[in-house]
Amino acid sequence: MLPTSHAFREGARRALDDAALQQALGMLKTGFRVKRGVAARRMPEFEQLRDVARDLKNHTLDNLDLYLEAFEAKVVEQGGKVHWCRDAASARQVILDICRAAGARTVTKSKSMVAEEIALNPFLERHAVEPIETDLGEYIIQLRDEPPSHIIAPAIHLNRRHVADAFMANHRDLPPERPLDEPRQLLDEARAVLRQRFLAADVGITGANLLIAETGSVALVTNEGNADLTMTLPRVHIVLTGIEKVVPTLDDAMTVLRLLARSATGQEFSSYTTFVAGPRRPGDLDGPEQFHVVLLDNGRSNMLGGEFQDMLRCIRCAACLNHCPVYGAAGGHAYGWVYSGPMGSVLTPALVGLEEAHHLPNASSLCGRCEAVCPMRIPLPKMLRHWREREFERHLPPLRARAALRLWAWLARRPALYRLFADAGMAGLAWLARRRGGRFAKLPLAGGWTRARDLPAPQGRTFLSQWAAGKRRP
Amino acid sequence: MPSRPRVGLFVTCLVDLFRPTVGFSAVKLLEDAGCLVEVPAAQTCCGQPAYNSGDRTDATELARRVITVFAGYDYVVVPSGSCAAMIRRHYPALFADDPEMRGRADDLAGRTWELTSFLSDMLEIELGPVGYAGTVAYHDSCSGLRELGVREQPRRLLRKVSGLEIKELAQPEECCGFGGTFCVKYPEISEKMVGDKAEDVVATGADTLLAGDLGCLMNIAGRLQRMGSPVKVRHVAEVLAGAATGPAIGEAEEG
Repeated sequence: MLPTSHAFREGARRALDDAALQQALGMLKTGFRVKRGVAARRMPEFEQLRDVARDLKNHTLDNLDLYLEAFEAKVVEQGGKVHWCRDAASARQVILDICRAAGARTVTKSKSMVAEEIALNPFLERHAVEPIETDLGEYIIQLRDEPPSHIIAPAIHLNRRHVADAFMANHRDLPPERPLDEPRQLLDEARAVLRQRFLAADVGITGANLLIAETGSVALVTNEGNADLTMTLPRVHIVLTGIEKVVPTLDDAMTVLRLLARSATGQEFSSYTTFVAGPRRPGDLDGPEQFHVVLLDNGRSNMLGGEFQDMLRCIRCAACLNHCPVYGAAGGHAYGWVYSGPMGSVLTPALVGLEEAHHLPNASSLCGRCEAVCPMRIPLPKMLRHWREREFERHLPPLRARAALRLWAWLARRPALYRLFADAGMAGLAWLARRRGGRFAKLPLAGGWTRARDLPAPQGRTFLSQWAAGKRRP
Repeated sequence: MPSRPRVGLFVTCLVDLFRPTVGFSAVKLLEDAGCLVEVPAAQTCCGQPAYNSGDRTDATELARRVITVFAGYDYVVVPSGSCAAMIRRHYPALFADDPEMRGRADDLAGRTWELTSFLSDMLEIELGPVGYAGTVAYHDSCSGLRELGVREQPRRLLRKVSGLEIKELAQPEECCGFGGTFCVKYPEISEKMVGDKAEDVVATGADTLLAGDLGCLMNIAGRLQRMGSPVKVRHVAEVLAGAATGPAIGEAEEG
């Protein structure tokens, strides 16, 4: 999808004015967050497991070429094929070519953020291949023709009413007077409609939660089982994923999986965890005739060996989104691309460029809660700061902000002058505030502050001038 | 530990400029605990605004100044979790490529403490007789909480204040939306965050909100006052030093 991250500010404003969205986002505090906390506390080795996962992923990224080639060799050995794609366009083309060769008219898809990243659906539609999302949340937003607003709960911005409206508008062959007020009714209808789509699809496209080098297998987790139907029913299975998803061994995969669901939804394990490798073998009861893995780079390899390499440890659990107060206020759409929340604010500038995404690293109070919950211990605030440094070097922040900052720093290096300004400035402000009850409701140049809150006035003389005059006690 | 440790007080720019009472409260607490307190006159800012805005050059220069100004003290104590964390956690990173300065930054980091943590963890003080008639909610400022592990220390000290009752916020770990320049760069989002925080404070029924960082306190106080809430907002040091008598943050002298 085309990024609109440059309009973050406007998107956030819209989100803050949207009462239904704010209500949905408010539930994060009592939902995912609480559940993750309970799950983490119930597992005595949770914190150690985070260290192990970080280390194993660092090792993998340091030897990424080795593990990816080992993975490919195993896939080929089992009759599959690996397609190396440098960018979105080549990945889209490879997938379209596979679909055409299979004579595909419809394609089922289980949830894949990489597919969003390469804008696969509109491309397939333009070439007469109909993609059908099978994750319930993804299916709903596909009907509404909008992007996901959360990486594991794509329709988190919607409520029951929105879903019922989308079903009424799209499932035209069902009686219009049918009741759709209860979640159960919505679920049953989606299940019935999607079942037909699963059976009719020629190709199934899934993402991958992990690629396992030693076995050439792909691990997929869902709570709906839709990935399993997507990859076993059609004749062709395409796995579309990023190059950073590989781990060396099955044991390593288990380490990551033990963290993933707990961090994401607070479950000990997702309802469905499936390992697949290669196409159907003689004697197998089911499985596809063809097995393709499309490995996407799309800017990831540029992050290797630099200050953003740690970001490639991300397993897309969304714990950072769920705990982020900025995500909780602005929602996912404001971020203007596929990835949102703290992980999106680090990843998006790397993948679409800092000019487009310059707001995202700045729209953070650096509260650090994302890093505190990240199962892979990604130092997200540190990387947001790295992006801010790049922006500052390239003069991207507004001139006024840069000048104010530099002036402050210039003064702070000259204590005598600094004291002169500080003492005079605070005395002046305190004088201005004397008839205003000790605070300002408005003050020139402080509009950003005073739009939301009063500005407490200084007490009067600065601490250091009083100290110099001999005062020692409050 | 020396019998009378020499403590350099880094008062922080916000306390220096806006609320000297916090600085004098810190002095009293440290001297009552047997420290020899000095206040280097050349101190200004720890460099955090520059550091968090991507201005690494200025941040490094300011860090270099602080390292020089606070050389030689047994301890450097800061009445702010975020400025203390800047020195402890981020100064060493600023000098990663400069072995000599890195050594000095590490040395300063090892001697630097957030105030309540210094009193509670390092000095293990017994608080003198001090009272506060009120119920108090405590906001855990992000940097102190997550970068320095300051959570129990202020509560441990506050439990010794006679007449004081602590009420916990529903979301004590939630950022108040200050975030330095963040609050003026993204005022709408900051407004939502501080609005939620203020509502959380009001919902506890406490009559006072305390925290250990003046930035958060000014933010929350300003929001509570904008809402018309009578909750008083103060730095935890004021209560611990028995100095919570004058006007609270954002309030004027009576009459």
